[in-house]
Order: sequence, then C-alpha cells, then structure tokens
Amino acid sequence: MKKVITGNHAVSYAAKLSRAEVIAAYPITPQTEVVEKLSELVASGELKANFINVESEHSAMAACIGASATGARAFTATSSQGLALMHELLHWATGARLPIVMANINRSFGPPWNIWSDQTDSLAQRDTGWMQFYCENNQEILDTIIQAYRISEKVLLPAMVVLDAFYHSHTMEPVDIPDENSIDSFLAPYNPRYSLDVKRPRAFGGLTTPQWYYELRYKIERSMAQALEEIKKAGAAYGRLTGRTYSLIEKYRADDAKDIIIAAGALAETVKDAVDMLRENGKKTGLVRIRAFRPFPSEEIAAALKRAERVAVIDRNISFGCGGIFFQEVKSAVFARRKDTKIYGFIAGLGGRDVSDREIADVVYSMDKKAHTEKINWVGLKR
Amino acid sequence: MKRRRQKRDKANYKAGRKILPIKFKKESDLPAMAASLSDMRHNKTGSWRSIKPVIDYTKCISCMVCWKYCPDACIFIKNGKPHIELDYCKGCGICIEECPVKAIKAVGEEK
Amino acid sequence: MKGLIPKEEIMSPGHVACQGCGATLAFRHAIKALGKDTIVTIPACCWSVIDGPFPYSAAGVPVFHTAFETAASTASGIRQALDIKGKSGITVLAWAGDGGTMDIGLQALSGAVERGEDIIYICYDNEAYMNTGIQRSSSTPSGAWTSTTPRRKYKTKPKKNMVEILAAHDIPYAATANIAFPEDLIKKLRKAKKITGPRFIQILAPCPVGWKFPSHLTIKAAKLAFETCVFPLYEVENGLYKITKPSNIKKVGDYLKIQKRFAHLSRPEILRLQETTSASWRRLLEKEEISGMGQSG
Repeated sequence: MKKVITGNHAVSYAAKLSRAEVIAAYPITPQTEVVEKLSELVASGELKANFINVESEHSAMAACIGASATGARAFTATSSQGLALMHELLHWATGARLPIVMANINRSFGPPWNIWSDQTDSLAQRDTGWMQFYCENNQEILDTIIQAYRISEKVLLPAMVVLDAFYHSHTMEPVDIPDENSIDSFLAPYNPRYSLDVKRPRAFGGLTTPQWYYELRYKIERSMAQALEEIKKAGAAYGRLTGRTYSLIEKYRADDAKDIIIAAGALAETVKDAVDMLRENGKKTGLVRIRAFRPFPSEEIAAALKRAERVAVIDRNISFGCGGIFFQEVKSAVFARRKDTKIYGFIAGLGGRDVSDREIADVVYSMDKKAHTEKINWVGLKR
Repeated sequence: MKRRRQKRDKANYKAGRKILPIKFKKESDLPAMAASLSDMRHNKTGSWRSIKPVIDYTKCISCMVCWKYCPDACIFIKNGKPHIELDYCKGCGICIEECPVKAIKAVGEEK
Repeated sequence: MKGLIPKEEIMSPGHVACQGCGATLAFRHAIKALGKDTIVTIPACCWSVIDGPFPYSAAGVPVFHTAFETAASTASGIRQALDIKGKSGITVLAWAGDGGTMDIGLQALSGAVERGEDIIYICYDNEAYMNTGIQRSSSTPSGAWTSTTPRRKYKTKPKKNMVEILAAHDIPYAATANIAFPEDLIKKLRKAKKITGPRFIQILAPCPVGWKFPSHLTIKAAKLAFETCVFPLYEVENGLYKITKPSNIKKVGDYLKIQKRFAHLSRPEILRLQETTSASWRRLLEKEEISGMGQSG
C-alpha cells in the first residue's frame, strides 16, 4: 500500500511490520513523531507491544537490553544527545549479543544547540559493535529496519538504521508499505538460543578474565564479518519479496566513471542529481553510496572504484583532529587494495547546512584545481 | 550439554565426589555470549579458612541458628542436626558466635 | 520460627564473597522467599563478583548482569518482555547495592517506580561502594570512615533515606529489613510478592571488611543496628507506616564501638549521633501515628 509519509513514520510503520514487542524510547527532536506514532499504534492495538515511557535514553537502551535478553523483539529510536547518552549501553548490547534494532536520526551535537542533520552522532558510535545502515530515502528506511531484524537475529549483533534529521524525518515521500503477511514470511518470530528463562537458569555477562574475554571478542568480530554476507542475502531476499533489492553499497553510474563521489544518507540523493549534471557537461562521474557502514564493505568499495582515477568522499561529519570519518575509512580500505587512486576528503553540510547539487558538482571541479588530498576540503565555508 | 553437566554435578555432589571445573580449550568451546553453564560448587572455598568450626553434638539443641546465619549456605541439616560442609566453610565464625548454647568451637586449622 | 525459612538452598556454596559477608546472607534468604521462578538483574556491585566468574553462577536463578545505573531499567524491560510474551508467575527482581540504588541508579529506580513497573527492587545496603574498595556512598552513615572520607574528613552528612524517597512516589510497598532477622525478611518478601507494582526493600547487610569488624560479628552488628534504632525496621504500605519496635532500645555507642570505621569519633560526636538517631526515631514514630490516623479517619 503506497502512502505519503515522513521518514519518522516510515520508522514507526517498519517497527510495526517487524512486530517489535517491547519499545522503550525517550523523546528527542527530531525523533518525537516516531515514538508518538508507535504509542498510537500500541494504544489502538494495531501493534501488539509494550511501550515503556522511560525517563532517559540510557534507561531506554537498558530496557531494550532487558527485553531482548528475555526473548522479546526490542526497538528504540533516538538522536544525537540521546544516542550519546546511550553510549555505554551500546557497548553492552553488543557484548551481550542482543539483536536490538534502533533508528537513529542524524542530528548534530551541541553546544550550541542545533537540531539539524549531521552524521557525527552515529559515526561516533562506530566502535561499539553495532551494525550501521545509512538510508537514502524514506522507502529505504522502512525496508532497512525490517531487514535489520533479520540480519541482527542471525548474527546476534544489534543494528542501527540511520536517517537524516528533517531531510528524512520530517519530509513526506511516497512509501510502499508492504502488507503484514508478506513481512511475516520474510521475518520469522525471534527465537533466541540463550535467554533469561527460569526453566534454564543462567547468568549472563559474569566476570570474564583475560583468559577468555579475548575469544568472546573474536566471536563478535567473526559475526560482523559474517554480517557482510547476511546483509547481501537479506537484501536479495527482500528484493524477491518486494521488488526492491538492497546491498552493502549502491552504485549510481559508477562503472565507467573517472571521478567517483562517495557519500551516505540524504546527501547521496543530491549527489545523484549532481552526477547527472556533470555527465551532461561531459564529466564521467559516478556515485558509490555507502549503505552498510558497519561492517565496513572494504571489498565492495574497492571493487567499485576499479576504473576511477579520483575519488571525492563527502562527509557530513567530522572527527576533530583527523577529518571526515567516511574519508578515513574509505582511504584505509582502498589503500590496501589500490594505491594509485587519488582520494580527496570534503566536509559539507555540518549542522544541517544545505548542500546543493551545484556545490557537489563544484566539489568535482575543485579536484581539477585546488582540492587537497592531504588536508580537509571545506565545502561552502564562509571564509 | 549443560543439562548433562548439571545432572552429573548433582550426582557427584550427592555422592561426595569431586566436582570438576569447566575447561575450555579453544574459542569454539565457548558459547556465543558469556552465559553461565554451571553453579559454583567446583570452587572449594574451604581452603580459605584459618579456623574451623566444630559442633559439639552433646550441647547442640537443634535450634538451627547456625544454619540460618551461614552466608555460605554450607551448613546442611541431616536427621535434625546441623552439619558443616568443610569443603566450603570459610571459617567466618558467625555460627560460633551466634550459637545460643555455645555448642560450636573454633579449632585452629593445621597448615 | 525456623519453620518459616524454606529448607531448600537455591544459592550454591563456593561463591567468592568475603568471610562473614552480609550481602550473601541477604541474597540467600531473599531468593528462598521469592523462589526459583525469579529473574534477577544485578548491576555493578559486590554481587557482580560474588556470583562467580564466567562460566559459573552461584545464584541458582537466571541472572542478567547489567551496567551500574540500570538495575531498575533493565528489570523494567524484562518485565515488559515477559508480559508481552504472556509469561506469568515470574518475579522480576532488581538486586543492587546502595551505590547502584541511591546514587548512580537513583534515576532509573525513580522512573521505574513512577511508571508503576511490576518489579521487586532490593537494595542490599552495606553503606559504601564496597566492591570498588569502600568508597563513600550517599548511604554511608554520618561519622563513618570510608576510603574517600578518611578520618579527618569523615562523612558528616546523614544517610540518604531511600524508603522515604520512594514513599513520596506513592510506592505500593517499601520496607527495611535486616539479615539478623531472616524470618522478618522472608515474611516481608512473601508479602511483597503478592503485591503488583513496584516494591522496594532495603536490607541492612553489614560488611566486615568495610565496617572494620571481625567476620564473626556480622549478625551482632546487624542486630545492634536495629536495637539502637540506627537502622529501624519498618514498612510503608500504601502510605501506612508500620514499625517494628525494639523491646529494649540500646545506646548508639554500643553499635558504634564494635566497628573500627567509627573509632575516630570523640565522645561529643558520639553524643551528637545519639541525638540525631533519637530524633529520627521519634520522627518515624510520629509518621506511624499520623499515617494511621489518615487510614482510620
């Protein structure tokens, strides 16, 4: 059924279709509509779930951890400050091997207060062991949350589905909402092997010395590696179901491109327009959109850059003292595999600053002129 | 596998046999997450003590105060009398202190 | 009276608690009262370690080790999950120390109680952050030495009163208990088990290492805490106070002198502590009277 809905509501409907059983969330702009809609769906009985009105994001994640450990499908959503508050427990969810799915709406950190789109919040959590998916439009947001549960429950790692503040969260787009029955055939009920069960009493997370902690961490990394395959498999299966196939990355006119732009999130959709514009002007450009950021698809990205001479990575985030985060990760993945590609890092759109297709086209032209490979290139900075 | 281990531990325990700790050899022996597979009975904390409580059954009135106050749950009741499991007794001395008829004596442990 | 305490041991011996540990005795009896159909969340506290290392567990019931602040919030998640899965008859117990309850865990507990979560929250109170080495908590009593309130700067502020804080939340049931009176503890827990909604019990669990007394005096210290009215035994059930009064009230000095953590106190300081203890006791008795009047009127 096609409906014109905001990204936030796409999240809510996805959680409903995934039959989330325990939802614990704390409101934060621009996530509030997600939880408001979910509260309505739970109250009306359309979604059979328990909604916990927790008193902070930290408790939201703790409640999701408790619920997931008991064998229920848990869901939450948050943004910037709230995500940062949950940080300690993101590590906990990974260590406890709990398949929690969370929607994070990319919003910048304060101070000063800024509620608009910025990828630093979710990227700052890249070491927590959560899988991360960056979505391009509201349809993908809905589809990815559903796939995330399937992948998560297979590899026993939590997953974060990321969307942009206002560009997705509050922008209405046509979204095809699959019917419940077809999603039920795609996503089986959650049935964990180890859970809190009075018939089989176990302690979870007891003190583990260096003797075996190392091996337990190894298992987590192995599952992350396994996730690369599972993401592709789930994306293909979803494609057979709905006609929309997904993978680790998305290539747009990249196969014969000399210049490739790498971006993620709402920005990537604008890059597509810029690529079309550049192609009309004779520049063979393409886009490689990072969809799965954790696990990082090094092979796929390196393979996609096979004919590229220059790569421009556009980051709507920054790791101070180092540079754009996608830039760092792409550089290290590509360096190991193709040393002769020139990679440029561009920072754009922090704090929700609008990035136009014109500016992105200028990014490509700047690689002809004065862009640096060793220093950060700032797009649209008022110098 | 855990069921069999638990059953075996229980049988060993009842028969007074040694309960063995769980031995992992490699990464694949571990469960995916740090989930426990057994209780703590393999850990014979009796080696901690420096004094040993000894019950004088001629004085014991079966009030069970010693059983009630043992933090290590290592006093069990058999035929209406308390018995101290020296495998686990840490020698804290609470039973000695609390016995209302002073039927328990502290005896120094030999090295 | 001994017939009241179930004979079956759920907690196993071989755990790694110190000799004479009050916290362990508290759990041993609490879990007897609540039974095997209990799921426990344990935040960072002595019991995170006492339960034993991976892959062992002394508790005898399912345990979920959680982050320090999250005993109540994780327990809330567990309860909601059991509920949505249609699993009834299982008690969800949050088992935390005084640090994880009154300091870092206060927000989660307050939130869970305000929401009316159907959990039992037990705070075993050894009056300091014992697991990390006897640092002061808001539950450390006035006058006590701790590693972060050393002799010259011993804690002067009074012990935070958690039962009163939760009574102000209109909690259905809040009570104090004492390991020296396990029958009373078990009776209170059995009563709590029958109530739906948040229930809170604070068990005084003396720590020989942190309170600095020899390990055989744990029960004696606990008994004196009750007999001197330093740690009164009372319940608040739907706002109605019910106090267990000692038949013979002893001087606070009797309680202080067996613990070296109070050894630095001078006579005037001990007298002051006696005054504040007696004043608190009188105020508590008044509360019992007033709450009783409200009920019958």
